[in-house]
Amino acid sequence: MDSPEPSLTRRALGGLGLAAAALAATAAPVIGARRAAAAAKAPSGPPIKVGVLHSLSGTMAISETTLKDVMLMLIAEQNKKGGLLGRPLEAVVVDPASNWPLFAEKARALLAQDKCAAVFGCWTSVSRKSVLPVFEELNGILFYPVQYEGQECSRNVFYTGAAPNQQAIPAVDYLMREEGVKRWVLAGTDYVYPRTTNQILEAYLKAKGVAPADIMINYTPFGHSDWQNIVAQIKAFGSAGKKTAVVSTINGDANVPFYKELGNQGLKATDIPVVAFSVGEEELAGMDTKPLVGHLAAWNYFMSVDTSENKSFIKAWHEFIKNPKRTSNDPMEAHFVGFNMWVKAVEKAGSTDHDAVIDAMIGISVPNLSGGYSAMMPNHHITKPVLIGEIQGDGQFNIVSQTPGLVVAQEWSPYVAETKELIGDWRAPLSCGNFNVKTGKCGGAAK
Amino acid sequence: MARFAARGLLLLALLLPAAARAQADDPYAAFGAHDYEAMRAAIETLSTSGDARAPAVLSALQSGQLRVGEDGTLYLRAADGTLREALSGAVATGVDGAALKEVRMNNAVRRALDGALGGLRLFAGDPATRAAAAEAVFKGRDQAALPALERAIAKETDAGVKSVMAQAHAALILTGGTASESDKLAAIAVLRARGDLEASSLLASLTGQPVAVMSAARDALTAIQRQRQLWDIAESVFYGLSLGSVLLLAAAGLAITFGVMGVINMAHGEMVMLGAYTTFVVQETMRAHAPGLIGASLFVAVPAAFLVAGAVGIVIERGLIRFLYGRPLETLLATWGLSLILQQVVRSIFGPSNRDVSTPAWMSGAFPLGGLTITANRLTIIVFAALVFTVLMLALRRTALGLRMRAVTQNRFMAAAMGIRTPWIDALTFGLGSGVAGIAGVALSQIDNVSPNLGQSYIIDSFMVVVFGGVGNLWGTALGALTLGIVNKFLEPLAGAVLGKIAVLVLLIIFIQRRPRGMFPLKGRAVEA
Repeated sequence: MDSPEPSLTRRALGGLGLAAAALAATAAPVIGARRAAAAAKAPSGPPIKVGVLHSLSGTMAISETTLKDVMLMLIAEQNKKGGLLGRPLEAVVVDPASNWPLFAEKARALLAQDKCAAVFGCWTSVSRKSVLPVFEELNGILFYPVQYEGQECSRNVFYTGAAPNQQAIPAVDYLMREEGVKRWVLAGTDYVYPRTTNQILEAYLKAKGVAPADIMINYTPFGHSDWQNIVAQIKAFGSAGKKTAVVSTINGDANVPFYKELGNQGLKATDIPVVAFSVGEEELAGMDTKPLVGHLAAWNYFMSVDTSENKSFIKAWHEFIKNPKRTSNDPMEAHFVGFNMWVKAVEKAGSTDHDAVIDAMIGISVPNLSGGYSAMMPNHHITKPVLIGEIQGDGQFNIVSQTPGLVVAQEWSPYVAETKELIGDWRAPLSCGNFNVKTGKCGGAAK
Repeated sequence: MARFAARGLLLLALLLPAAARAQADDPYAAFGAHDYEAMRAAIETLSTSGDARAPAVLSALQSGQLRVGEDGTLYLRAADGTLREALSGAVATGVDGAALKEVRMNNAVRRALDGALGGLRLFAGDPATRAAAAEAVFKGRDQAALPALERAIAKETDAGVKSVMAQAHAALILTGGTASESDKLAAIAVLRARGDLEASSLLASLTGQPVAVMSAARDALTAIQRQRQLWDIAESVFYGLSLGSVLLLAAAGLAITFGVMGVINMAHGEMVMLGAYTTFVVQETMRAHAPGLIGASLFVAVPAAFLVAGAVGIVIERGLIRFLYGRPLETLLATWGLSLILQQVVRSIFGPSNRDVSTPAWMSGAFPLGGLTITANRLTIIVFAALVFTVLMLALRRTALGLRMRAVTQNRFMAAAMGIRTPWIDALTFGLGSGVAGIAGVALSQIDNVSPNLGQSYIIDSFMVVVFGGVGNLWGTALGALTLGIVNKFLEPLAGAVLGKIAVLVLLIIFIQRRPRGMFPLKGRAVEA
């Protein structure tokens, strides 16, 4: 329902992949289970190293520290289950300190010195872009757990967060359908993720017949704290007699003052709803959410998802972190899915050799926490359900809409002229991240 | 044949899902099912049904006190936690409150509910409730409320409430299709007099009206917009004052440590952060031990933050800065390192995520002032900044300690010769500056993140304000902060937040080139010392 039409034809190749994936998935667990059983209880031999590349200090520590903790939990659980290939897993935790060049240095150390079998890390797109050349040069494996702007498809990166069509576009569709929104404010922090996402959304809205005068785009600097006149501007923009909504790609620390200002100026969700792509349970934890009830967020996972997988995950998380009040969020689930996929791929490949694991990854499918299985597609992105949640007074989300099936990621947006002819498919013989279906050549847009 | 048909119908009726049948004759059943569309329809049915139980159920739904059991029974939860069956009104015994689920809504249901309750509450005893109900009708534009509204207008005695009701009436007249042209023209005049964003939104949305009505609506819209432009300027001034007062609070401490003492203190922002965390700790403690007094927590937090940040400041001065007087570069590096250490210490103790500092009720929300929307927290901060500044001025000008501080900073050797213990005065001055920064943290905890990074975002702005205003001059700092705030808020709508900030910095650089000592340079021998 929420997967936009053009993708289906463009994704015909991907669809075949899914069928292959399903086949592989049925075979893999059997082999995996047998291996794990053979490995007995206590893993032995030299440990398999898993790199954890998340900022533990600096501005991004607020978001990334939790991901480090969840990785430690997943690794500890895997060791309890007998390790991997009979060997124990060992986490190598480094602190890139929210410093983008330092991300590249630490990544190099993880790959060259520690010889990590896989690295789980990064949050901001700029940090991912900074480590990308290192992973490609040293042929490493990176699992990237955060929703992002797409327009990238590397052989060495597995994108377990959402691409724009797995988050932003379904959210906009929901607002059009359920709220009848005709006028749009695209508000974002001034950097690569919001700018690319808004570029895609603007093209998408125009394709849906929204007039340019009904779209307002607003950028603010990182950590913007004084939102008074921007909220007033939004109110004024919303008084043109058409239902108005705000699509927020505001990131990080700027969100708390933004939502506080919304609450104080009395901008209610029933008048002008705000749908956010970077606000989860963790961000709401520092806020009184009562004035914000009804504002929305689009994710692929919410802590309030009512499945038994999610309940046992939260229970394990609370036990591990020894704090029953800690929240879980979408990037944590992405690491959960990514880690389990990697474990399966290593079992399937029978070794931690990077090339063998990269090839084995495609088609692996594991349960996600929102109910159902997520599969790794040939474009190194995973299939995900898309959930829309409304903020509740207790800081949790009430899920008001869920895609009936899983949505396949579009790594290259069909709404951007330069990328609409590109696909990524890392299976032989194509093995290309930016294959141009028009020219039939690997290597990006036709010049 | 007819008998067969009747039997067939009966069979069909039996086969229909029980829930669907229940819903058809019992709108209350919709609240138990997880179907927002049915719930919205049920609310509309209930609002016009005249059912005596409807107001209580709908109010409970709005305040989040409506619960539903496994079997679909509805319960009303009172403030003290007791449960009553919603339909029979009987007190529910033997029901586990924790096992019941709260009835949840989406925005569409919430809107329908606001409109329905508006219609039901038009006759409430409290004028404020009646005005809010009329406002809800205005926003909901539910034609079904028209008869009730007309009756309410006829009965209304309070002039204020009556005018809100008249506006709601005008909204219904204009959006409904049946009223005469003269009624619609009168309604447009009412909306024109209201003159706010809601009114212009409604006028702009009108379509398919008679020519005379459309042209009157256009005229009214232009008139409202012209008026709004004037209010917009006033609004920008208020926003500017508000931003300026935040800058003043953040910079006032620095005006002492950097301005008066000449210490480049890069850890100044962390003193602000410590103040904000003190607020958090004070609130947590009060919530645990004196929950009734939580509304007054900020009054406790202000002195506490002053003492905590001030004490840390004194320790920093005695332990670090006093060895570095006269070596600005080393001071800069040492305090920069110190700021990183302090951030990481706080991160280790309180965790990396934001802490929830609650806003007391008297600081939440907004009130209209003419065409302006004044937010209570911003207004409080403006007043607070003025207070802090006045007290600081008095402390420096009228107290013995202030006299000694000024003496030491103006001529250290002469002051020492007069018997002033200059090292202690240095420590106390630095402590005072840090304490004021801590107080700023209490205010900032109300509008910004309480996270270890809080201070970082204010350090550059604080130095900017002090340098712009003139180093060593408190009046300069105050005027500098307000000027920067207002200039920023006038540039922002024109150029956007990013370019606006750049423009402010460029203007500042040009200004500093022309007047390197800021707006109000210190004159006299003190400058050369």
